[in-house]
Amino acid sequence: MAKKKIERGTPAFMQGNEACVDAAIVAGCRFFAGYPITPSTEIAEGCSEKLPLIGGAFIQMEDEIGSIAAIIGGSLAGAKSMTATSGPGFSLMSENLGFAYMTEVPIVIVNVMRGGPSTGLPTRLSQSDVMQARFGTHGDYTAIVITPSSVQEIYDLTIHAFNCAERFHTPVILLLDEMLAHMREKVFISAIEDIEIMPRSYPKVPPEFFNPYEITPNMVSDSVPFGEGYRFNVTGLIHDEEGFPTSKPDEVVAKLHKLRKKIHLGRKEIMRWDEEYMDDAKYAIVSFGTAARAASSAVQKARSKGIKVGLIKLKTLWPFPGKRINQIADQVRGILVAELNMGQMIREVDRYVMGKCRVQGALRYDGNPLEPEEVFEKLLVLRATKRGK
Amino acid sequence: MELEAICSEHNYLRIKKKFPTVWCSGCGIGSIMGAIIRSVHELKINKNNVALVSGIGCSSRMPIYMDFNTLHTTHGRALPFATGIKMVRPDMKVIVVSGDGDGLAIGGNHFIHACRRNIDITLVIINNYIYGMTGGQVSPTTPLGSYAHTAPYGCIDPPFDAVKVASGAGASYVARASNYHIVQAAKYIKKAIGHKGFSMVEVMSNCPTLFGRLNGMRDPVDQLKWMKANAVTIKNWEKLGEEERVGKFPIGEFVTNMSRPEYTQVYEEMSRKAREEAQNGQS
Ligand code: SF4
Repeated sequence: MAKKKIERGTPAFMQGNEACVDAAIVAGCRFFAGYPITPSTEIAEGCSEKLPLIGGAFIQMEDEIGSIAAIIGGSLAGAKSMTATSGPGFSLMSENLGFAYMTEVPIVIVNVMRGGPSTGLPTRLSQSDVMQARFGTHGDYTAIVITPSSVQEIYDLTIHAFNCAERFHTPVILLLDEMLAHMREKVFISAIEDIEIMPRSYPKVPPEFFNPYEITPNMVSDSVPFGEGYRFNVTGLIHDEEGFPTSKPDEVVAKLHKLRKKIHLGRKEIMRWDEEYMDDAKYAIVSFGTAARAASSAVQKARSKGIKVGLIKLKTLWPFPGKRINQIADQVRGILVAELNMGQMIREVDRYVMGKCRVQGALRYDGNPLEPEEVFEKLLVLRATKRGK
Repeated sequence: MELEAICSEHNYLRIKKKFPTVWCSGCGIGSIMGAIIRSVHELKINKNNVALVSGIGCSSRMPIYMDFNTLHTTHGRALPFATGIKMVRPDMKVIVVSGDGDGLAIGGNHFIHACRRNIDITLVIINNYIYGMTGGQVSPTTPLGSYAHTAPYGCIDPPFDAVKVASGAGASYVARASNYHIVQAAKYIKKAIGHKGFSMVEVMSNCPTLFGRLNGMRDPVDQLKWMKANAVTIKNWEKLGEEERVGKFPIGEFVTNMSRPEYTQVYEEMSRKAREEAQNGQS
């Protein structure tokens, strides 16, 4: 699933949020519940227009808490489901996001990031929710967080997000930002038969032998929608393989391990990143989303001046390609992390570098995009820094 | 063994799995569970087609024991989860059980909006006047002057009237009964489940362990007697003056509106028209 590249097809010119809607529908999304919030509203608007035309359902809920609750219900009832929001709404969704992790219900949550904390900068650019996306709800769990950096990638990775949700029975968070959401770019759309789409997995056993949370070798259980004769229980309490509450220590540990391991064992299918000019690189820039666009231009400029620098563009932040970052730390003298916040992913990069090379940030958090020039300047600073600094 | 014999007739309980229940002896929730089961049975609804959804609290534990498609969600959020199920599967019977804290405090906003849409969901509010699961704190329905662990000097917050809110917000079937009037409660629950549109039945329930104990009704029978003494039919309620109403509550059917359109049907109709227009626009 993760390996197959989507073939180039018919070109179209569309906005980021529009691409997200179209791709969601192609991926099989048939239910959207949401609450208006800038800069994500075009996603709800697009779904309200398109879903009724194809037999899907749309509802505008009373708040974001209700929105995520409704899509979890919709997904349990058999429809691939999505919601879209921004920082304040994403904070409100945290509780039921935890419910979806615990109950292993596939959903896709799009967070079009804006500046924070609180109401923050509703119409400006930021990537400051990346740690919230990983750790936002209470308890131990593992998240899948996806970060496109162009309208084409929004299209392709929205499909990937739905596939991952269905494959691993888990919420998937798609992080966009204000600039990507509203930018218009050319997108190549493949013929539907060339796009790989993950269907719902149905149980192979009759109801009396069905355990909705069975511990399997890959830690993913079969699932079945409500109303198909299987009559199982779903609860946010820690539960056993049958879905009933338990507090027996061994069953508690088994459930928590299941949540972690299913993502860990499937990480190769989930993780995606691009590398540019890494073969002979002496320096690397790690970036994602909108910031990666500036990083890519900075790499071009540096190369034109003979500086051997490469780019690692993360398309999934979690699971994090830590092993690859660790290898790169052996190869390069320094890594620059470009992101639109006060330094969030830089911690994750630093954790895998393990002191093997310098790690510095090209950070911006005033609501404006990073300029290629700024990233280039930071690269020069990194190059000039003495070892050990 | 006795329980198994009783249950074999209906087969709606997961007796081999999760019994005994978490409920205290003398608790009123079980009677209401029985009323829900009998309603589904008498209406001949296929178990596979019933989704029973709840939030958090004593009464919200109910789905775990019942052999339907069961969903035990987060505190106050049962209605939006149920709304999602109903939007995707309009053919399913969706029943929500909620307590006074779950449904009227933390879930109050969802309650209002579910009534407003008139979506075909049945909400049974089991009102025990207190937060039971957390150990007896004051709830939105605790009567003025009653005691709770966060109202040691008596409750000063005026209580919430679920019937008035549901009626005002647009629910198309609204009724109230008590555990003393359990036959009447069961009749209303059956009507609610059979009703097309948003239906709400509030059942006053005895909680001897907390509300009863803290308010001089330690014996479950005392609280049932209290319900008997203070419940007034709607007809008699109309005749009472402001002062005579204090401490009493009206029971009966407050709204039976068969003409309000149901939300998922309206959605279906809208979608059909939109599809037709899109097709005509193309040709
Ligand atoms: S605390 Fe009250 S409502 Fe809760 S189970 Fe006990 S008696 Fe019933």
